[in-house]
Amino acid sequence: MTLVQADAATATSDVPTGRRRRGVPKWVWNLLSLILGIGVWWGISLGGYDVPDPPTVAKRFGELLGDGTLEKDIVASLTRVLVGFVLGTAAAVPVGFLMGWYAPVRGLFEPWVQFLRTIPPLAILPLAVVLLGIGETPKIWVIFAAAFLACVIATLQGVVNVDPTLINAARVLGAKDGTIFVRVVVPASTPFILVGMRVGLGSAWATLVAAELIAAQEGLGYRMQAAQLYYDLPTIFVGLISIGVLGLLMDRGLLYAERRLTSWQERRQ
Amino acid sequence: MISVQNVRKVFPMGGAEFVALGGVDLSVAENEFVTIVGPSGCGKTTLLNILAGLETPTGGTALVDGTKINGPGPDRGVIFQQYALFPWLTVRKNVEFGLRTAGVGRVERRSRAQHFIDLVGLHDFADALPRTLSGGMKQRCAIARAYAVNPSILLMDEPFGAVDALTRVRLQEQLLQTWSQEKRTVVFITHDVDEAVFLANRVVVMAARPGRIVEIVDVDLPYPRNEELRLSPAFTALRNRVWSAVYHQEPVA
Repeated sequence: MTLVQADAATATSDVPTGRRRRGVPKWVWNLLSLILGIGVWWGISLGGYDVPDPPTVAKRFGELLGDGTLEKDIVASLTRVLVGFVLGTAAAVPVGFLMGWYAPVRGLFEPWVQFLRTIPPLAILPLAVVLLGIGETPKIWVIFAAAFLACVIATLQGVVNVDPTLINAARVLGAKDGTIFVRVVVPASTPFILVGMRVGLGSAWATLVAAELIAAQEGLGYRMQAAQLYYDLPTIFVGLISIGVLGLLMDRGLLYAERRLTSWQERRQ
Repeated sequence: MISVQNVRKVFPMGGAEFVALGGVDLSVAENEFVTIVGPSGCGKTTLLNILAGLETPTGGTALVDGTKINGPGPDRGVIFQQYALFPWLTVRKNVEFGLRTAGVGRVERRSRAQHFIDLVGLHDFADALPRTLSGGMKQRCAIARAYAVNPSILLMDEPFGAVDALTRVRLQEQLLQTWSQEKRTVVFITHDVDEAVFLANRVVVMAARPGRIVEIVDVDLPYPRNEELRLSPAFTALRNRVWSAVYHQEPVA
């Protein structure tokens, strides 16, 4: 969620025509910010707090990468999140469309969607573990739920918000319901769906890592949980940074897709 | 040929009823250009939507070529005030939209779309997205899109209401030019008295509460119409007549 919000702020300056201010390019500031951040971190660790300094963490990063642990954890975590996310959005988009298009479907589904949405996906985990065991299934289910709930609401909003004039314009040009759906409702709600997917991915990622803290044999969350038992702070740092970087990369990927697919939108500069 | 006989439209409003149209009679001949002018709430858009098939009358009959209107159809093109272009489609794809729904083949589709894009003067913007066009250009694209499916009737709902006064004058002249090259029956709604007189063969003046026709003014001015005509005494006289019909309406008892 925070990833998405942070992007909304930077997104406006990514518009090509929006390059008003000359002088120092934006990436220089970003780089400076990174260096400063690491500096502050180093400062804190030198200041006597019990925080490992950057070189220690970098060394541990190399070790974990060298013996294959980190790769294995990343693959395990990414597989879970992607399977859950893909299944969740694949189910959410048609359900959201049906809810937006047919009032009875909306009437049947909406109370449950709104109700389940208020339960943090993690809170379902104890139930899922009891019912489904401690294998992959409960974790994927919980991620599925997180991605589905975020995306279904966005799709519904997208369909409900389609400008009725556009639907009338299609009707007077001879389009019937099926054509209107495919050629007007779907493209008009695409921006909403993509935003929903980004929120869903953020939510899925956050849920996954937390789920691994509770019940897993491998994965980034599990690795941090194990490190906690041995007071292994550098490994915890490696885990945190990996989670952040991977989340950012996935969000950027979807943001890129969003820009490509919805470049027709009138955007505020 | 449009024939409207005693058409009524009543909307429920809370517990009461709002009479948008209280018995309207109107005939429009083939290739005639009729403008409808009146204050807001006089039911002019409701009448147009009934002709478009987007709304059904509460009473009376609305016929096109002797057949009762039943839903929208490709014989009647509609141009909306808010342009209603599909923002994800280029000008060309917008113009081709109706042809595609009608199942016209690619080559044929492209050449027909190109013809109307040229007709409204958008050839340099055929592959541009609507967001890059000005208001006037968007409306010209909408006109080309309506023309492309070859309707015998064009229904225009305050199409130039959202553009500035200078652009509006130019769009009026271009519309008449397009119409003189490709004659169609046009029903054009406006709240601008000058626009109503400048474009029309006949001006229909409507009043509100209940929505009704109060006067029909014949405009016996020759086409092509230009700036000279716009400034002529004959135009001014007609304009003044329509003006007083619109602005000095007696409320019905």
